[in-house]
Amino acid sequence: MTKAKTLIEHLEQQGISRRGFLKFCALTTSMMALPPSMAPGVARALETARRPSLIWLSFQECTGCTESLTRSHSPTLENIIFNYLSLDYHHTLQAASGEAAEQARETAMKENHGQYLVAVDGSIPVKDGGVYSTIAGISNLEMLQQTVEGAAAVVAIGTCAAFGGLPRAHPNPTGAVPVQELVRDKPVVNVSGCPPIPVVISGVLAHYLTFGRIPDLDDYGRPLSFFGTSIHDRCYRRPYYNKGLFAETFDDEGARKGWCLYKLGCKGPTTYNACATVKWNQGTSFPIQAGHGCFGCSEPDFWDAGGFYQPLSAGIGSVGGVAAVAVAAGAGAGIAAGLAQQSQRKHAQLQHEKVTVADLKESES
Amino acid sequence: MTSTEWLIWVRGPGLQLSLGIFILGMTYRIMQTYFLGRAKNLAEPRGSQWLHGMKTIWWRSFFHPGMTIRGYFTIISGYTFHLGFIITLLFLDQHIELFRSWTGLSWPALPPIVITITAVLGIAALVAVLVDRFADPVRYLLSDYQDYLCWVLTVLPLVTGLLLVYKMWLPYTSLLVVHIISFEILLVAIPFTKLSHVFTIFIARWYNGAIAGYKGVQS
Repeated sequence: MTKAKTLIEHLEQQGISRRGFLKFCALTTSMMALPPSMAPGVARALETARRPSLIWLSFQECTGCTESLTRSHSPTLENIIFNYLSLDYHHTLQAASGEAAEQARETAMKENHGQYLVAVDGSIPVKDGGVYSTIAGISNLEMLQQTVEGAAAVVAIGTCAAFGGLPRAHPNPTGAVPVQELVRDKPVVNVSGCPPIPVVISGVLAHYLTFGRIPDLDDYGRPLSFFGTSIHDRCYRRPYYNKGLFAETFDDEGARKGWCLYKLGCKGPTTYNACATVKWNQGTSFPIQAGHGCFGCSEPDFWDAGGFYQPLSAGIGSVGGVAAVAVAAGAGAGIAAGLAQQSQRKHAQLQHEKVTVADLKESES
Repeated sequence: MTSTEWLIWVRGPGLQLSLGIFILGMTYRIMQTYFLGRAKNLAEPRGSQWLHGMKTIWWRSFFHPGMTIRGYFTIISGYTFHLGFIITLLFLDQHIELFRSWTGLSWPALPPIVITITAVLGIAALVAVLVDRFADPVRYLLSDYQDYLCWVLTVLPLVTGLLLVYKMWLPYTSLLVVHIISFEILLVAIPFTKLSHVFTIFIARWYNGAIAGYKGVQS
């Protein structure tokens, strides 16, 4: 049996220079919010790391997360990090199909029991026994439970896997749930986003390869190094927000001058992600830079959080009906109470008896 | 519940519920007051009730020398708070967006720095009147729990709003939830506390003016 290659050996085989590798390590260190002095340590760890097995499960999803990861141009960090991993099962990317594909998953699970990573994209339907999504005759729920049993850690990729996403949007017909509601006994990292930023996915995997554990997480189980600050905090249009300069429409003077998009529904203030710093398409741009507000796609329940083009301070849903009912009920009750009090007063006036001198004398005696 | 779920609730059902209670309560108070009826005045009218009532609503909003009989403190702190609160409520962009989502109407906003100043002045005036309430023995004895409750309910939206604008103490989402909830509690409390004067003051002023108008004297 041939000795498993190290990551650096794989890179050399693909013509990636040591300089390129070190550059990657420095960038990864920086992205993971580690001090620059850690870069050599990251490089050493990656140089000697063996390729861990990665099983990628796709459930109720649109493949957008995989598209996001694979559409990046070579050579990228994402590309490099996937050379570090043995991607043993992935519907979209694997050559095998049918029984052979399922066999690949089972073999990877058996051979790497307790050590492999599981990446999940898509939510898991649990209503009616999970019949709404099956793969090779196995429900998503069952496949997740089987696969996670021997995993070292689970990475929930995309908002559907992390928080339920679109399948979980009201009225959630399939009973979709996120990974963290089903996996309680393994470390789960949520890499949310619709889709998530490729660099964030590779950063999380690089962290695991380097330190052998998952990174520090926020309250939603997301890596703090990427989800620690809001889009609003890092937005280059923030000075306009502070000055109260807002675009009113997508083509007015404010929009052309690059003013804040708050009034056009930007959810940047309540959204935590790295879009404003890492950006997309190899650092080219991100939605706000392209002139469109942030959807808040990396936050839980973003599909149910009001209209995409409604400002954050506006209410969700109509108040007209409520107001009409309240006016009618209030007026009815107020008129009734006022008339009742009027009637009481008249009655009291009619019942009123004047005190006579005789009454007073009687009370004295 | 996560802070995002809270935000969805306070912007949706929470806002509808609190606005509904506010409208219902205020309509009830106004209609009840109107339908209490007024004693028939047998004297011959010497002027217009309606016109005098409306004039009084307007003119009593402004300063006049007779108001200073008990000193300047109440006048200055009262005007400072009310102007600070109303300007903050009506002329911040984010608030205008809320009113626009309800009514379709919008108007020009003031720069955030101006709103910061009006909010700080409003809070300062509220602190001053609270200190005065404790310091003045008569006022202290006349105060009951409702005075303090109304003070807290009024100051909270101003304080949480300031924290929100400058992102202090809590993450933005949590602060936004706290700020909206503080506003919603205020809305619910207005019809059932002394805060109902936001509407009833106009009825009282009109009534005073109307009585004077009927008698043909200045109100």
